Amino acid sequence: MFLKTRVLAVAVAVTGAVVAVSMAGVAQARDQIKIVGSSTVYPFATVVAEKFGKSTPFKTPVVESTGSGGGLKLFCAGVGDRHPDITNASRRIKKSEVKRCAKNGITDIIEVKVGYDGIVMANSKKTEVFTLSLKDVFLALARDIPAGEGKTIANPYKTWKDVNASLPDTRIEVLGPPPTSGTRDAFVELAMEGGCKTFKWIKAMKKKNKKAYKSLCHTIREDGTYIEAGENDNLIVQKLNANPKALGIFGYSFLDQNADKVQGSVINGQKPTFENIADGKYPVSRPLFFYVKKDHIGVVPGIKEYMAEFTNDKAWGEEGYLTDKGLIPMSDEERADWNGKVKTLANLNM
Amino acid sequence: MIEQVDTVKRQKRMADLRDKRHKAEVRFRRIGVAAVSVGLIFLTVLFGVVLASGLSAFKQTYVQIDVAVDAEGDNYQGMVKRGLREYFPEVKKRRDKRKLYALVSSEAPYRLKALVEENPGYRGKAVSLWVRAGADVDMFVKGEISRALPEDERRLKDRQIAWVDSLEDDGRVETRFNWHFFTSGDSREPELAGIAVAVLGSLFSLLVCLALSFPLGVLTAVYLEELATRNRWTDFIEVNINNLAAVPSIVFGLLGLAVFLNVFELPRSAPMVGGMVLALMTLPTIIITGRAALKAVPPSIREAALAVGASPLQAVFHHVLPLAMPGVLTGTIIGTARALGETAPLLMIGMVAFVVDLPETILSPATALPVQVFLWADSPERGFEERTAAAILILLAFTILMNLTAVLLRKKYEIRW
Repeated sequence: MFLKTRVLAVAVAVTGAVVAVSMAGVAQARDQIKIVGSSTVYPFATVVAEKFGKSTPFKTPVVESTGSGGGLKLFCAGVGDRHPDITNASRRIKKSEVKRCAKNGITDIIEVKVGYDGIVMANSKKTEVFTLSLKDVFLALARDIPAGEGKTIANPYKTWKDVNASLPDTRIEVLGPPPTSGTRDAFVELAMEGGCKTFKWIKAMKKKNKKAYKSLCHTIREDGTYIEAGENDNLIVQKLNANPKALGIFGYSFLDQNADKVQGSVINGQKPTFENIADGKYPVSRPLFFYVKKDHIGVVPGIKEYMAEFTNDKAWGEEGYLTDKGLIPMSDEERADWNGKVKTLANLNM
Repeated sequence: MIEQVDTVKRQKRMADLRDKRHKAEVRFRRIGVAAVSVGLIFLTVLFGVVLASGLSAFKQTYVQIDVAVDAEGDNYQGMVKRGLREYFPEVKKRRDKRKLYALVSSEAPYRLKALVEENPGYRGKAVSLWVRAGADVDMFVKGEISRALPEDERRLKDRQIAWVDSLEDDGRVETRFNWHFFTSGDSREPELAGIAVAVLGSLFSLLVCLALSFPLGVLTAVYLEELATRNRWTDFIEVNINNLAAVPSIVFGLLGLAVFLNVFELPRSAPMVGGMVLALMTLPTIIITGRAALKAVPPSIREAALAVGASPLQAVFHHVLPLAMPGVLTGTIIGTARALGETAPLLMIGMVAFVVDLPETILSPATALPVQVFLWADSPERGFEERTAAAILILLAFTILMNLTAVLLRKKYEIRW
C-alpha cells in the first residue's frame, strides 16, 4: 500500500520538475554555436571548438558529425535558432545546394577553405608496401574496364598480378567507405577517375558523352572485391591488421595515428607523407571547407571569433595544432587569401 | 510358457526404452550445460577484454614542471614552454622543441593561468606544478606503447622516451586516479576527455523518459486491463501496442526528428527530445508488462473489495494496482535499462555530437553514454581506445545496477498467491 503513494508522488514531482525546467529553457535564445557536417572535418572542427571554448568567454560550440551532404541539408533548411550556424564539408558546396539554401532564405554564405586531406590506400605492416599507379587502382576496382578502343568488358581481374604483372599474386580485396561517405566521393573522383583518364579514348569521351564517361569511371565493382566497411576508419585499420592481404581506404590522419600498424601504398610514385600531400605531389588529396551562415553572425555570439580561431596560423598554419591532428595546411599565399575573405566576410562565389 | 517369454521380452523392451529415455535426458542436460558454458565463456572473454583495455583509463599520468611566472602579461603557453626548455636546455631545434612540448597536455597553460589568477602572489616567482602528461607519454608510462618497437613505428620517439626517463628519475612522473574522467565533458585530447556530459545526458534523458512513459504506461495498462470493455477498438489498440514494441528503435528516432524537431521546433541535441523519443520506445514495454502484472493479481482481491462496497476505481487503485506495483516497476526498470543503451534514435535528433560544456537544463546540448562510446571508438588518437573501453565499463555498471534493482524489488515485494 505504501508503495503506491510514494511512487505516485515521485512520478508527479519528476513530471512537474521536467515541465518547469523545459518552460524556463524554451524562453532563452541560443548562446552556443552549432556546427554540423563532414566526418572528415569533424576531428579538426572539434579541436578548434575546444580551444575556442577554453580561451574565450563563449560557450564551447557543439559539433555534430552528419556527413557533408547531411550537414549541408541541415544548414540550408533555414535561418533561425534551431538551424545550425556552420557546416563542415569535405567537398565544395554544390550549385543545387546553394539553390536550396537560397530558397529557404539563406543568400549570404561565407565559404572558408581550411586545408587538405589525403586519402590513402594502406595495408598491414606485416606485408610488403604496395606500389600502385592510379591506372592500377582503376583497373582493379572499376566495375567495367576498357577492352580496346570504345569497348568495355566486366572487370575480369581476380588478383593484383592480373592487373599489373609487377604486383604481388594476391587476391584483390579492398576495404573502403560506403557511397554516403565524402571520402568515397573523393576517392572515386580523384583516384578512380584519375586512372580512368589515362586511357586516351575515355578522356576524349568526357566531352562527347559525359554520362557514359562518369558511369565508366565512377562505378566501383560489386562482386565482393571492394568491401564496404562502414564510415568508421578505425574499424578498417583493425580489419587490415587481422587480414594482412587486404588494402584499406581512409583519411591520412588515421594513417598518421596508426603508423605502427599500417603502411600507406605508394601511388604514382609518391608516398602518402605529410610533405607530399602538402606539396600536391601525392595524387589523391582533396580540399576541406566550412560554410558559415552570415545572418547568424551577431545573433549567435562568438561566430566571428570562432572563424578567427580556425583561420589563425596557430591553428591551420604549417606549425599549427591542426597539423598535429593530421590536417594538411594550405600554402602561405592561399592561407592569406582565405584569411582576407574571412576578415571581410566575403560572400560565397561559385 | 509362451506367455512367460512374452513377459520377459516385454520387460526387456520396457527397460531398453527407459534406458533410452534416461540417456536422452542426460544428453539434453549435457547440451544445456555446454550451451550455458559457451555463453559464459563469451561473456568472460568480453568482460575480460573490456576490463583489460579499460581499467588503465581510470589512471592518469602527471608530470611536475617548474615554471617561472612572468611579473605581468598572460602568455601562459609561453611560460610553460620556457619552463620545459629550461629543464632540458640541450633541446635547440624547432622540431625537437615541438616534441618536447608534447610531453605535457595542452591544458597545462590553462592550469597555470587558473593557479596564478587564484594566487596573484605567484607573479614574478617560480612555481612548481603537476600537470597532466600528453596522451602519448601517458600511454607510454602505462605500458601501452612498447619501448621495443622500432622508433618510426611508435608515436613516442626515442628522444621523448629519454626525456620521460630522466623526468622519472627525478621523481617528476606520477600516476594518479583519474577524477577528471568523471567530472569533465568530451575533449579531442584523450587525456582531457571525460564522461560527465554523457552521464548527465543519459540521466536527463532517462528522467524525461520515465516522467512521460511511467504515468502514461501505467494508466494505459490499468485502463486496458481493468476498466475497458472488450470490443473491436480495444483489440485493435492491443495489436498496435504489441506491434510498437517490436518496431526498430531508429524508426522512433525518425519520428522524433519529424515531429519533435520539425513540428514542435524543439532544439537539436537536447536530452529532453532524447527522453521523449526513448519514452515512445519504452511505453509499449511498460504497458505490456504492466498488464501482465495486473493480470497476475487474483480476481478474489477485486471481488473482495467490490463486496465490501468499493467502487471499481477504488478496487483498482487501492488494492489491485499496489499489489501489481512490483511487477510494473520491474518492467519499467528493464524498459529503461534498454533505453539507456540506445544509440540509433539519438543519432537522428542530433545527440551524436561533440559536447564539452556540462548541460545545465534538459534543453542544453548533451550526448548519452552509448553515443560517447560510439564517438570515441571512431577517433583516430590511440589514447581513445582505453577511454572507449572505460566508457563501456561505466555503461555496463549502470545497466547492471538497474537490472539488479529490478531483481531486488521483485524479491522484496513480490507476493506469491
